[in-house]
Amino acid sequence: MMTEHTFGATVADSDTTPTLSGDPGLFTPAPGAAPMWRMIAAQARMELRVMLRHGEQFLLTMVIPVLLLVGFSLVNVLDVGEGARVDALTPGILALAIMSTSFTGLAIGTGFERRYGVLKRLGATPLSRFGLLAAKTLAVLAVQTIQVTILCVVAVLLGWNPALSPTGVLAVLVLGLLATAAFSSLALLMAGTLRAEATLAGANLVYVLLLGLGGVLFPTSNFPAPMEQAVSVLPITALASGLRESLAHGALPSAGTFLVLVAWTLVCGLLASRLFRWE
Amino acid sequence: MDTAALEVVDLVKHYGSTKAVTGLSFTARPGAVTALLGPNGAGKTSTIEICEGFRRADGGSVRVLGLDPIGDATELKPRVGVMPQSGGVPTGARAAEWLRLMASFHASPIDPDLLLERLGLTSAGRTPFRRLSGGQQQRLSLACAVVGRPEIVFLDEPTAGLDPQARMATWDLVSALRTAGVAVILTTHHMEEAERLSDHVVIIDHGAVVVEGTPEELTGRRRDVRFSTEAPIDVDSLRTALPEGGTVATTLAGGRHQHTVTADDPDDLGPEFLATVTAWCASAGVLAEDLRVRRRTLEDVFLETTGRELRD
Repeated sequence: MMTEHTFGATVADSDTTPTLSGDPGLFTPAPGAAPMWRMIAAQARMELRVMLRHGEQFLLTMVIPVLLLVGFSLVNVLDVGEGARVDALTPGILALAIMSTSFTGLAIGTGFERRYGVLKRLGATPLSRFGLLAAKTLAVLAVQTIQVTILCVVAVLLGWNPALSPTGVLAVLVLGLLATAAFSSLALLMAGTLRAEATLAGANLVYVLLLGLGGVLFPTSNFPAPMEQAVSVLPITALASGLRESLAHGALPSAGTFLVLVAWTLVCGLLASRLFRWE
Repeated sequence: MDTAALEVVDLVKHYGSTKAVTGLSFTARPGAVTALLGPNGAGKTSTIEICEGFRRADGGSVRVLGLDPIGDATELKPRVGVMPQSGGVPTGARAAEWLRLMASFHASPIDPDLLLERLGLTSAGRTPFRRLSGGQQQRLSLACAVVGRPEIVFLDEPTAGLDPQARMATWDLVSALRTAGVAVILTTHHMEEAERLSDHVVIIDHGAVVVEGTPEELTGRRRDVRFSTEAPIDVDSLRTALPEGGTVATTLAGGRHQHTVTADDPDDLGPEFLATVTAWCASAGVLAEDLRVRRRTLEDVFLETTGRELRD
């Protein structure tokens, strides 16, 4: 598509400064938008490349989850719950990985795109806002697929033996998608309303808080009862405990688990759509 | 007479109690370069951003290619090229891949590699945006504005911070756009740029048009005679020697006395006027150094119409 130019693409005299005046047909107007799917695919590829190339983001989404999984599986320093250590740890680490991309990475990335006028500039292209959101969603899902694949391979190498059933796998997929929707809404709410530096600090702080409080490394049943109640409404707790129910115990997560994620999605999504500022 | 590519009528824009644009009107034709000139804070960027659909006008109307920038945005966006004053590219995106992305949004774009080559960016193609020089960032941004083969482009200070070579490449590209029939609207502080590039100059101050016309119309037939001397001269004596309506202004610069002789009626400033000045010099025993008849520049017009006080 990008080679459909109809001018003589001769750049012969390379030792002189090339001039444009010799090629009057080059800029002859021929406007038109590309098909929507092609715009979304191109934007999603760009988002994915920028995410994977970003050093700190790679650390957060790939290195830290793998290190936590390997470290706490091999070293007995933390009460991770009953059963084989890797079996108890893997669901929580998967939850952390999903959060790191759909919340922390997305919030920081979008916050700085807003700050540097990227969102505004994209607003002047034929790519619609829906197209941009679709592309971001696809890129997040692609990174999560890579993360989950790597973590599952590492976990299996560490002796992971999940309780797999068709309904359990379905529940895991639904939980993953719902949690991604909830975290992404929260990420866009922060990125679209706060300054980029505040988003950076806030997203990292929330990441650390949720990592500690949300049943990522150990079940929240280790907490005193009132605290367990309080953290049970956090999206990371719902995701981690839901994944643990499905993968470690072979049971279906409770309806409340899904409800928590749906509620976060609705509230944050509604606020983000109302309050998001593009510049 | 061409139909207008851009029509701005009585445009008004407030930010709180600050009036950025106060009843501004001008038109821009296809195949022509229209330059918006004005001091900082004159309302240039506000005007451009309303034309681009980024901001909503508080009054008046803007038609881009006959369409409303906000209401008809979907129809308009493929046809309009936009170059913001700065930024607009993710810091981690590489120059060539970002231009390819912009190209992929359009039905029949210009070959991005060719465009990079023409703008001297080929060797920077794999460099992330944050590590490009200011001039390279500007040129990439310009390439992004034109890659979709638009009918009208808005360039907000396209040559700010460019070295002379990069500025020439940009001027060259703007000329090629004009030849191809594209309507180019640009803002600039660079008088020579406006004078050399544009078919139509609109000087803006305090949110309204102060004066507009072709560079020839603005600088016009108006000329002055300038010379310098080591010692002061008898200004009153020179003035009396001149025809009716002649004026003499003297300033002290670099330890020398600089004299500017003008005529109120531009038609009076002809060969005889010059002869009168030199004849007076001869009779007064004054050696007129650096003597020249100078055409008024756009900068003179700009300073006359917008004042000489500094703005922030």
